[in-house]
Amino acid sequence: MASNEEILAGLAEIVNEETGLAPEAVELDKSFTDDLDIDSISMMTIVVNAEEKFGVRIPDEEVKNLKTVGDAVTYISGAQA
Amino acid sequence: MARKVVITGLGATTPIGGDVPTMWRNALKGVSGAHTLTDDWVAKYELPVHFAARVSTPASEVLTRVEAKRLDPSSQFAVIAAREAWKDSGITEVDHDRFAVAFATGIGGVWTLLDAWDTLREKGPRRVLPMTVPMLMPNGAAAAVSLDLGARAGAHTPVSACASGTEALHQGLELIRSGKADVVMAGGAEAAIHPLPLAAFSSMQALSRRNDDPEHASRPYDRDRDGFVMGEGAGALVLEAEEHALARRARIYGELAGTSVTADAYHITAPDPEGLGATRALKAALFDARAQPEDVAHVNAHATSTPVGDRPEYTALRAALGDHVQNVPVSATKSQTGHLLGASGAVEAVMTVLAVYERKAPATINLENQDPEIPLDIVTTARDLPSGDIVALSNSFGFGGHNAVVVIRNH
Repeated sequence: MASNEEILAGLAEIVNEETGLAPEAVELDKSFTDDLDIDSISMMTIVVNAEEKFGVRIPDEEVKNLKTVGDAVTYISGAQA
Repeated sequence: MARKVVITGLGATTPIGGDVPTMWRNALKGVSGAHTLTDDWVAKYELPVHFAARVSTPASEVLTRVEAKRLDPSSQFAVIAAREAWKDSGITEVDHDRFAVAFATGIGGVWTLLDAWDTLREKGPRRVLPMTVPMLMPNGAAAAVSLDLGARAGAHTPVSACASGTEALHQGLELIRSGKADVVMAGGAEAAIHPLPLAAFSSMQALSRRNDDPEHASRPYDRDRDGFVMGEGAGALVLEAEEHALARRARIYGELAGTSVTADAYHITAPDPEGLGATRALKAALFDARAQPEDVAHVNAHATSTPVGDRPEYTALRAALGDHVQNVPVSATKSQTGHLLGASGAVEAVMTVLAVYERKAPATINLENQDPEIPLDIVTTARDLPSGDIVALSNSFGFGGHNAVVVIRNH
């Protein structure tokens, strides 16, 4: 099971791969849409890649609740448990 | 009097050059872009054809990783060629609402579609990425170019198999003549060097099987031609209303003087043996350009190197140009580039424009024993074209009975 730090680092890698944003820009308090400028199609790509990387399932109806990077880390961490 | 349309920018990424200067230098020299494929899928699927003509500069060396990730390879090629053409045109300001795109493809995002199908079967629907649809759609290249350059007067996608690229120029000319646009980015893109299209074209006996000698496989007009060589890439041309180009003192390569598109209504794949549809296209394009057969100083032929395809084009040229056909230097540049399908017309139009601008007809390679039934004057080493007022033709024909011709005049 990945620690929160590992989840954050993994997410940052996925976001970088999808958008080209520097991994260090992906911080817990950053909003995917407002701060990182990630559109809905990229968000879904990130979600699908995160599911594979962390071996979790993030239902579509849950994705809209993942407003910040921290929300995603918390959700993935909980889903792994 | 219809508005005149001129060509002010050129772009290309092809098997014989990743940009226009490199491609043109090689086209005059005479090189082959065909090589043995080293991909493991060639052996895995026991493909009967082991070679193709890939772009000489991979898109990954030109685009950023994130740009490439969101575009099918065909759209990647389109964006690369369009950016080069746009830069070459020198346009710094444009009314974006009067700037259109006409970017063709024969097949569209076939890599994306088939990769997604593999993903679905191996990993399930959840793993099929959300960018799949915009990447596979045939209008993906036109849309990507429109988005990249801010062209808002419509982004069109003519689809007529191997005539598509030439039909894009036809559409671009119409958009400017009719007053709907002042500037059009016209072109064609294709990226179909994938096992499925290779298997399908092989199955219809359209591809050369000269596996032991790829560089000599594309041999239009040669007695021993046995099919075309699959190519990939894109060509792009900036079309501009003449007054628009003159007002900004643009460098003008030539005039897109006339175009035409006809359909054979004869057979879904076989060319009409009498070339009637192609003849009508040639005559209509000359009429559209207000040109006489005697004005024609060069032809960039469709000439794919298939046993059945090369001959009817000669029949049509003979019918449209009369005895003058024997005076016309004809280049078959697919001998070098392979057949870029929906991109071929655009790439060959770029070469035809340069032939008129620089008065040089590019080389046709691999012609060792000319088919006696095709007594054309084939340019085997680059040749000077006459000075004075001339026109040149570029022909494209596609499965479905599509015929498209463009006429380029010096300006």
